[in-house]
Amino acid sequence: MKPPPFDYHAPRTVGEALEVLADAGPEGKVLAGGQSLIPLMNMRLAAPARLVDINRIGALDTVTADARGVRVGALARHATVERSAAVAERQPLLRQALRHVAHPVIRNRGTVVGSIVHADPAAELPAVLALLGGTVRLARHGAPEREVPAAEFFLGPLESALQPGELAVSAFFPALPPGSGTAFCEIARRHGDFALAGVAALVTLDDDLRITTAKVACIGVGPVPVVVDVSAECARRPAASAASPAVAAAVRDRVEPEDDIHATAEYRRHLTGVLAERALRLAAERASHG
Amino acid sequence: MTTSLFGERVQRLEDPRLLTGNGRYLDDLGRDALAAAFVRSPHAHARIREINVDRALDVPGIVAIYTWEDLPERIGEPLPLLIPHPALTHGRTARPLAKDVVRHVGEPVVMVVARDRYAAEDACDRIEVEYEPLPAVVGIENAVRGEHLVHPDVPGNVGAHLVQEVPSADGRSAAEMIEAAPHRLEFRLDIERSASMPLEGRGVYARWDPDDGSLRVYSSTQTSTSVRMAIAAKLGLPLPKVEVIAPDVGGGFGVKIMHPWPEEVLIPWAARTLGREIKWTEDRREHFISSAHERGQVQYVRVGFDDDGRILGLDVTFLHDHGAYTPYGIIVPIITSTQLLGPYKPGAYRVEFSSVYTNTVIVTPYRGAGRPQGVFCMERTMDRIAAYLGKDRTEVRAANFIQPDEFPYDHRLTFQDGRPLIYDSGNYPEALRMLKELIGWDEFAKERERAAAEGRRIGIGIGCYVEGTGVGPYEGGHVQVTSDGRVHVSTGLTSQGQGHQTAFAQIAATELGVPIERVSVVTGDTRRFGYAVGTFASRAAVMSGNAIALACRKVREKALRIAADALEADPGDLTITDGIVHVKGNPSASIPLSTVAVLANPLRYAFDEEAKRATQFATAASDDKPPVAEGEEPGLEGRDYYSPVRSTFAYGMHAAIVETDPETAEIKVLRYAVVHDCGRLINPMIVDGQIHGGVAQGIGGALYERMVYDEHGQLLNASFMDFLMPYATEVPRVETAHLETPSPLNPLGIKGAGEAGVIPVSAVIASAIEDAEGIPIMKMPISPSELFHLRRTASARVG
Repeated sequence: MKPPPFDYHAPRTVGEALEVLADAGPEGKVLAGGQSLIPLMNMRLAAPARLVDINRIGALDTVTADARGVRVGALARHATVERSAAVAERQPLLRQALRHVAHPVIRNRGTVVGSIVHADPAAELPAVLALLGGTVRLARHGAPEREVPAAEFFLGPLESALQPGELAVSAFFPALPPGSGTAFCEIARRHGDFALAGVAALVTLDDDLRITTAKVACIGVGPVPVVVDVSAECARRPAASAASPAVAAAVRDRVEPEDDIHATAEYRRHLTGVLAERALRLAAERASHG
Repeated sequence: MTTSLFGERVQRLEDPRLLTGNGRYLDDLGRDALAAAFVRSPHAHARIREINVDRALDVPGIVAIYTWEDLPERIGEPLPLLIPHPALTHGRTARPLAKDVVRHVGEPVVMVVARDRYAAEDACDRIEVEYEPLPAVVGIENAVRGEHLVHPDVPGNVGAHLVQEVPSADGRSAAEMIEAAPHRLEFRLDIERSASMPLEGRGVYARWDPDDGSLRVYSSTQTSTSVRMAIAAKLGLPLPKVEVIAPDVGGGFGVKIMHPWPEEVLIPWAARTLGREIKWTEDRREHFISSAHERGQVQYVRVGFDDDGRILGLDVTFLHDHGAYTPYGIIVPIITSTQLLGPYKPGAYRVEFSSVYTNTVIVTPYRGAGRPQGVFCMERTMDRIAAYLGKDRTEVRAANFIQPDEFPYDHRLTFQDGRPLIYDSGNYPEALRMLKELIGWDEFAKERERAAAEGRRIGIGIGCYVEGTGVGPYEGGHVQVTSDGRVHVSTGLTSQGQGHQTAFAQIAATELGVPIERVSVVTGDTRRFGYAVGTFASRAAVMSGNAIALACRKVREKALRIAADALEADPGDLTITDGIVHVKGNPSASIPLSTVAVLANPLRYAFDEEAKRATQFATAASDDKPPVAEGEEPGLEGRDYYSPVRSTFAYGMHAAIVETDPETAEIKVLRYAVVHDCGRLINPMIVDGQIHGGVAQGIGGALYERMVYDEHGQLLNASFMDFLMPYATEVPRVETAHLETPSPLNPLGIKGAGEAGVIPVSAVIASAIEDAEGIPIMKMPISPSELFHLRRTASARVG
């Protein structure tokens, strides 16, 4: 469990980092929180020849929240975002989801953008970004930054639109629309483990407290986070009846879980339905109290 | 005051050191040593065609690469079969490095020695081994089918087959008794593989002293004395030239009683061959695929019983998966087959097992050592009988208990130590009464109704066990009082975090009448004590505890004799308090033990003020007697051994309340209660800690842990990401109560406690889930996914 040899770079500025990454091409890998990358390297499952450690680039350690939404810089740790009152006010789903991300010691090191770029379909943050229709900002040496929508960013398990030579500098999570509520429900084998199934929900109500839109994002049940719009199934019903067997069935039909050593696909499908109901019920309740 | 510390909740003396990071574990030693790493088989079963190391030779820092062909004959031959048994007709052991054929993923093939572990692993990556894959035998039932063989000369993959039969009092066989019984049941039970999984893996650090021709080896082991003998034999070294030390060991739980591991032979050999210090520290993946596993049985039960649930005949046939080799013999299935009986006395009993080879990691004792499987079998049987008769589960158990006036109770079976299975003492009805009170057994029906009214589903379960503890053959203790008044205790067995430094110091302080702060304890260091067996089978307190007490009594007797001379008193009138010998009822007539120690060692040379008092012109010794009297030895020290006629039998009863989620099938343990009797308690806090840790491990075995092998013999969850051990968040608070039925077999009246917590947990949790769900639970561990499917199957059957 020792990594093979690699070159180590510790740039101080984004520009410097981009230069190294451009030079390294496919051999380069960015180290931020290291909570996935370091174990992968120690187990020799990943062997990047050049490691670009961005931990000294203070300019990336930012979290800003305004009426438009929350922008999280590439060095912002899970714990910082989780504890930010400004973030919770503009987009409460982030804190709700982050509480399910592993354990406090991991959240103290791991980064939000790192988790998104890692693109694990079982992780919470890609689902949050996908559900909210957020974006990822990618930078490259000698080229303008590009803003990639979540729907185009997640391509498959551990596969994203990030190209060799690019650095994800921030992620943007749109603010909670008025009259809306969110929730994140998940079930793991142990507290803090990767979820067997998990569902993020966003519900928006009109002035009569009837559902106008209802969406869920499901984790661990497909190659990328699976976003299901169940507004039609909710059909302008009152908030209190956001969850229904029809909604659960619609979600179950859309997900494609697989068997693994912890659970069967059938059980995961069932759980996703149960959790969709629970998350929608909770989100609608929060929307009506909002 | 140093009144008796025996039985007190003394804070663990080792904890300040261990909790502030001052422990010295294997990898803390030998900072400048070379590092070893191994190329291990990626195949479960394959023939080695060719090994090409050329590409590894130019890795910077490489020192040596060894394959089987490079080993001298004695090192390369198969490792010892530690515990032979007549029923183990086809015992097979591995060689330290594979020759020709590998039989499980993880079997070592090439050893690399390099400047550091990084370079060693880089070299391993570049070594090319060409394998010809052979069919892998995975799973107990595939093994007994015998279609493919793990060892070509072991037909049917059966390594051992053993039958023990105890007829009824009137001479009828179990089969006859079952046939004649008013009620009969027959069913199958399954229990999966798990493993000890200590926080610290294995590790070996060896240094050869070429000037002295001696070898010092540190090993993260549960038996330094036996590792020493194995190394001396393998390397052809005189025993006095080999020292083996178990430093702080970060948990063992059984896996480190297996020895000598390939690395325990290879690292010392390479250190001597190269004349360099070498260290190997196992990493977690290595631990998963090359250290031992346990559990893993399929059991077939036939039972006949009367209207009260009394078992008239019990017939158990089980298959035990012992993995690719049998270095530790068949101890685990023997324990299952004998300890299965627990606190009960069936009319007649027959047990038969086959222990089979598979292309998987070897199976050797893991905390509980075959008992969790046996208890699972017996306790599931008790619950099946209760369900069949519609009786309370505790009533059926009570109907089968051995009664307090029936001890010593002879089961007429042969136990794991080759001696008769005779229980020494116990009070099972009282333990059951206490447990029912502790968990609120009789009030649970109301609790269940209240929960149901809230849409919640809860159940209660119970499990009882008896554990043979403190197996022989012996342990020893050495106690020395030095002229500074300190007491130095040493014993040969090792410590892996049990709190021996505290418990043994309590015994010594109590026996000698000295403050505990003056007592220090050394374990597992062959420089201090060369004779020992090891720490396993809940034996350390019973074996070394009694040996140390006996050694202390020798020291005390000598101290009183010398003090009596000095005080011109009768030894019988003296006592020792707070490290001072004084005449009873006359504290002013006294002499400190430190002075007694000085007087005990007549000196020619003075090296400090204390020593002066023992020099030849300072004492008023008689001119007619030699300074060291006939039959005496210099110094205030004593050595003694404890060797019991047979094991002591501790026991316990556990109960749990679990909640299962009607929608998600999640399983949560709400309460866990333990009544435990290990005879006299040396330190109740340490015993409680043992139980808490054991229960946590048991919860792991019941709800989380399993070794997932695919059909090719690949272990799919060989990391802590996928092998789930419970966190603190998954372990309930454990409520404990103690009974103290002294063992009549040893001077201190104690029994072992190390494995107690883990033994019945799978049985208890299965019982509680079954109670909550109304679905028979016949396999453990159980996951929410499995419970979900059991519900589906059950409702389909009803529907």
